[in-house]
Amino acid sequence: MSNLRIIPRLDIKGPNLIKGVRLEGLRVMGDPHAFAVRYYESGADELLYMDIVASLYGRNNLSDIIKRAAQDVYVPITVGGGIRSVDDARDILRSGADKVAINTAAIARPELITQVARRFGSQAMVLSIEAKHVGPSKWEVYTDNGRERTGLDVLEWVKRAVELGAGEVLVTAVDREGTRSGFDLDLVRKVSEAVPVPVIASGGMGSIEHFLQAARDGEADAVSMADVLHYSRLSLADIRRAAQEAGLPVRRFNA
Amino acid sequence: MSAIKVTILDYGMCNLLNVARAFEHCGAAVSIVEDPAAARAADRLVVPGVGAFEDSIKEVRARGFDDSILEFARSGRPMLGICVGMQMLFDASEEFGEHAGLGILPGRVVAVPATTTSGAPQRVPHIGWNHLVPSAVGREWRGTLLDAFAGEKPAVYFVHSFAARPDEPRDVLADCVYGGHRVCAAVARDNVTAFQFHPERSGRDGLRIIETFLAT
Repeated sequence: MSNLRIIPRLDIKGPNLIKGVRLEGLRVMGDPHAFAVRYYESGADELLYMDIVASLYGRNNLSDIIKRAAQDVYVPITVGGGIRSVDDARDILRSGADKVAINTAAIARPELITQVARRFGSQAMVLSIEAKHVGPSKWEVYTDNGRERTGLDVLEWVKRAVELGAGEVLVTAVDREGTRSGFDLDLVRKVSEAVPVPVIASGGMGSIEHFLQAARDGEADAVSMADVLHYSRLSLADIRRAAQEAGLPVRRFNA
Repeated sequence: MSAIKVTILDYGMCNLLNVARAFEHCGAAVSIVEDPAAARAADRLVVPGVGAFEDSIKEVRARGFDDSILEFARSGRPMLGICVGMQMLFDASEEFGEHAGLGILPGRVVAVPATTTSGAPQRVPHIGWNHLVPSAVGREWRGTLLDAFAGEKPAVYFVHSFAARPDEPRDVLADCVYGGHRVCAAVARDNVTAFQFHPERSGRDGLRIIETFLAT
């Protein structure tokens, strides 16, 4: 397998890095750039930015934040939230992102997945899924930070989206997000098994053990975390060291 | 001292701004050019790339860049290919059919194996960080763009489904190992160096490689 990727997630509202619980109940953490640079310098494998109020405004407002990040961050950047068209994707990529993560607009117009993949390559087209547990090994796709249901089954949707051209999948367990109660391992593993492309697990990391579980039991290719890093409960070096000690492949990085 | 000039080819296919930013961060004066004559006249030429081989080589030819890349490669001035910009230097690619490349380096571009050497399925595309290792014939990194890493195994960022298989083992500068298979990660011949990975997305080690290119 590839080296497991460790991906700090930065949820953004307006000019601020925020942190919520179950994608709601937001708390302002500060200037996202300061966090991004700290994470880059301490060995983040990639960064993930999400404009979490984009759906309210109908567009992604991260261009300026990404332009600034691109001056100082030289690892891949994925940006999601409010990307509704090929033009939106192009604007975000030109700002300095390497990939766009699309949720709501892909559900409304699945052909957007193919259009973005054709224009920028499938490696730039990340399908973002907000999943809510609705029964044994069954999850429903949600949008708008877990507020709007779609009626779509997560496993059916992810297979279809990958056939349409999604090159990677970000799966966020809405029920776990911000709870520090651990990833929904069953969800991550089922998604991982359903598609041939890499899967990023998101939502719920509260400890090193959760990280190791996501890789081992969830078969995630990448793990994203926010709370534990933003509140300095763990450092990226702690996570990388624990992965190495557990025999999981990660890139070597010396701060 | 004036900044070192670097010319980056714009053939309309890829997000080359991150390549430009990384070179600027390393102190280069970057021009992004759409004009084959400007490419021919460059001090240092970068052929970036991301996406599919066929679309890329079509755009390169449609814009008349093929001759300028060939001419530049023969000029002795430093040239760097990145990702599809590396793949296009070879004779041909098997990505979605058979497509001729520029033929600057002998060899073909083939699929990254979808199974490991022990037969287990593995993810393709190969996305993420992997470590560079010396080529099968153990070519020295001293005096190359990997000079700073001699004796080390730096981690760099890959995102690709196809990779070059050079005919001439001496052209290979470094491989990575994916699912037990050697995958060609870097080639170098005379003034031409090319990477399958993305130095502009490979953190500090990637920037060191770019600095070395600027110093050659």
